[in-house]
Amino acid sequence: MAHEHKLEIFRGLLKFKSNTQKIWGVLIFLAVVTTIEVALGIVKPRALTHSHFLGMKLLNWIFIILTLVKAYYIAWDFMHLRDEKTSLRRVIVWTPVFLICYLIFILLFEADYIYNVYKEGFITWNF
Amino acid sequence: MDATVSTGTEDSVWGGGNRPLGASYGKMMMWFFIMSDALTFSGFLVAYGFSRFKFIELWPIADEVFTHVPFFHGNYPMYYVAFMTFILIMSSVTMVLAVDAGHKLKQNKVILYMFLTIIGGAIFVGSQAWEWATFIKGDYGAVETNSGRILQFVNAETGERAALADFAKTLPEERVKHQANEGIWFQEEGYRTSYSLNEVVEGFKATPNILIRTEQLNEEGEKTVLDRKESLAKILEANQVVEGANLIHNEYGHRLFADFFFFITGFHGFHVFSGVIINIIIFLNVILGTYERRGHYEMVEKVGLYWHFVDLVWVFVFTFFYLV
Repeated sequence: MAHEHKLEIFRGLLKFKSNTQKIWGVLIFLAVVTTIEVALGIVKPRALTHSHFLGMKLLNWIFIILTLVKAYYIAWDFMHLRDEKTSLRRVIVWTPVFLICYLIFILLFEADYIYNVYKEGFITWNF
Repeated sequence: MDATVSTGTEDSVWGGGNRPLGASYGKMMMWFFIMSDALTFSGFLVAYGFSRFKFIELWPIADEVFTHVPFFHGNYPMYYVAFMTFILIMSSVTMVLAVDAGHKLKQNKVILYMFLTIIGGAIFVGSQAWEWATFIKGDYGAVETNSGRILQFVNAETGERAALADFAKTLPEERVKHQANEGIWFQEEGYRTSYSLNEVVEGFKATPNILIRTEQLNEEGEKTVLDRKESLAKILEANQVVEGANLIHNEYGHRLFADFFFFITGFHGFHVFSGVIINIIIFLNVILGTYERRGHYEMVEKVGLYWHFVDLVWVFVFTFFYLV
């Protein structure tokens, strides 16, 4: 069991005095990020829904990035990966990341292809 | 003198006793489980993405589907789901605090924090059950066309959604629910809608200020509303009334949306439920002093890993189901 805790978050920008304090700090951070997400989801600023990057709305990119940020802090501070050995951390993180990226790549490209077949092929499916 | 071969383990990689990952067996196995479970969930979420990209122009808008808050009437998109997210994050925090108290061997604090975690989990599962019930019940009602597309109704003056009850006629027609004892054993009618298709169509024709809204998303990312002439032509394609959502019909839009909603949130809800059960078992063990006698609270840490994982998955489900 890892008894020593690393008490810095944001690459040392924020240092906590105790582990308990760090937990509350991370909670505040996660709550703020969630609030931003929900607020953006309700307001849906026009500037973000009408500009695209790599075929996806900018707003959706923001949601996905904020989700990954949240996932990072849950894994690092709640699941205390920050206090684990680097080797364990790498095994846990990179194996799924690799497999999931592969899966996303294959399935989303395939889905887009089917979408185009439905749209441009000689198939009537909405009659 | 130095002819003896050193068998000391301290400088030999292969001498045994190495702990390259620095984790105990139990914790390692919990991580194995979490990783395989993470891949299962990613499989589901990517499958959802697959279906969504396949029908990108007709996918339902989540904001318009999940608009209810218990005990309040009106249109509050996202608020309740956001509340559920906060509950789950809070219960994650109490769990870390329990693990932290366990490290310091403070039994009473572990008991308190574990208790709060269980309460948070129970509130979350309850909220999810409520959300399911609301989703299954439906709110406005719609009709389904021959090709399985959903046609919803809007009020032309206000632009608001119109419920079937707002315009459907009550016709003097007799319609009996088909029971198993009146036919061949496998023919039983699943559910009966409050209005027949004929009543909806006649009511629609008689009410000039009702328009049809199709599933098609327009440039603005909103559902297309047909004008009155197109609507009158479109209503002829309808072949049944749909109220609420189940695995076969879905009044909110594409049926796959409902299928994935039940499947993914159901699978996650089941994880939360089993997490609560495991938490209760560990909670009782803490009260009994099992870990106090054992000298360490690693079991609390392990169950904590699982609990945080459930929270982690929810963060992704929340994004891909409700936000994006």
